[in-house]
Amino acid sequence: MNLLEKIDAAAAARKALLPNGVGAFGIPIEEVYSATEARIGDRRVLLLGTNNYLGLTFAPECIQAAHEAIDKEGTGTTGSRMANGSYFGHRALEKEFADFYQCNSSIVFTTGYQANLGTISGLVGPGDTVLIDGDSHASIYDGCILSGADIIRFKHNDVTDMEKRLRRLGDRVETTLIIAEGIYSMLGDQAPLAEIVKLKNAYGCILLLDEAHSLGVLGETGQGLVEKTGLLQEVDFITGTFSKSLCSIGGFCVSNHPQLEQLRYISHPYIFTASPSPATIASTRAALELLRKGSHLRKQLWDNCTQLYSALKEAGYVLGPDPGPVIAAVVDTPQQALLLWQQLLEHNIYVNLILPPAAPEGKSLVRCSVNAAHTEDQIRYVGDTFAKLYSVISSHS
Amino acid sequence: MTDSNYDEIMQLLCDRLSSLTNTNAQISPETNLISQLSIDSIKLLNLIMEVEDTFDISIPINALADVQTVRELVDLVHKIKSAS
Ligand SMILES: Cc1ncc(COP(=O)(O)O)c(C=O)c1O
Repeated sequence: MNLLEKIDAAAAARKALLPNGVGAFGIPIEEVYSATEARIGDRRVLLLGTNNYLGLTFAPECIQAAHEAIDKEGTGTTGSRMANGSYFGHRALEKEFADFYQCNSSIVFTTGYQANLGTISGLVGPGDTVLIDGDSHASIYDGCILSGADIIRFKHNDVTDMEKRLRRLGDRVETTLIIAEGIYSMLGDQAPLAEIVKLKNAYGCILLLDEAHSLGVLGETGQGLVEKTGLLQEVDFITGTFSKSLCSIGGFCVSNHPQLEQLRYISHPYIFTASPSPATIASTRAALELLRKGSHLRKQLWDNCTQLYSALKEAGYVLGPDPGPVIAAVVDTPQQALLLWQQLLEHNIYVNLILPPAAPEGKSLVRCSVNAAHTEDQIRYVGDTFAKLYSVISSHS
Repeated sequence: MTDSNYDEIMQLLCDRLSSLTNTNAQISPETNLISQLSIDSIKLLNLIMEVEDTFDISIPINALADVQTVRELVDLVHKIKSAS
């Protein structure tokens, strides 16, 4: 088989798995009306599958800031942070992130994916070890692979399993980086941070926490799991993204370790890519300000989360262990998941479909993401529709 | 290599692979994990965790980049176990 034939074979295998499911991925969104509604084909749909947790995609402050930045600085920087791509805004945003997390250093990357790639590959290298949660996001896996370090996985959110693997590392713990996430994107569950911190201190490792899904969502001012648990000072490096609660695109790493600054000189995902555009930086700065003062948004978000989580639970669905903005209905087969996904779309509700091997433990997921802009009526409609579809799904194998 | 450790690892992995893939096909040392057993990446990673626990060793998953056949997997586990 040549290279292209191999790709054809993989495509055929995917199609065979789910013959009528091909259209479910990358579905075209024709028009976006608001933080909660869009048009897909001829349908006006409710958006329950975005990462727009605080509902800020149309916040006037962010839109105005982006407009002004385009007018003043143009559409793109056309260069790396290391060359001509560090404008006033990029540096100001770094200061604002450092201030937000009360720490010394902060680096802005072009995407959250690159923030993980750049941070991990800057912190560890061949001969070092990364100990990662088995359900880590692909950007964490890819960062580890790029680094050349030895990669050891522990069972998802299982600190006993994690300690067993730490113990086996022996002296190598000294050069071990532990990686966890604030909220996991598949089931919406949170890392047992207090226990992880205890172990990382006992074994003398370094800890990186990815707050991609928890930034803006957890903690009084929205710092994430570090704030909710009061453990900000115990986590060595925090990464995150602008693409979820901050409603733009980009990523960051913050730390109190002065060594973070060195990553600017060694981290390829920071150096060999163009910096975020001026409009992106400007809207992110405005969104960060709204996020910090956004306790009313977090309250609204959490009211919506608990409303939908209870509705789905009551309807009989198997859900992740923690209520939160990511609410995933776990079903046994890809066929059931596809049917539920299609039926929801028939009812004008867009959610995410996640099939194995992307979904944990061979299960399939129909995942909702709740945001602060959803109204009580919208959430009720989604809950009622899921309930109506329960018997259809459970009788289908 | 025919020491008993090696055979034990071969036996264990063949048994686990055959139950993971629900295949009736005979698994031999030359069986290709991907093209013949179609074992997906997550199943393979979870199998590695199990093997780590069985032998109380650390197997970095990046080392799997060089593993295509059952024999290569057994070689890797055996090498790490012998060094531990
Ligand atoms: C846990 C986690 N980390 C990192 C990322 C990457 O973020 P970005 O979309 O900014 O590349 C994501 C987003 O998909 C994520 O879920």
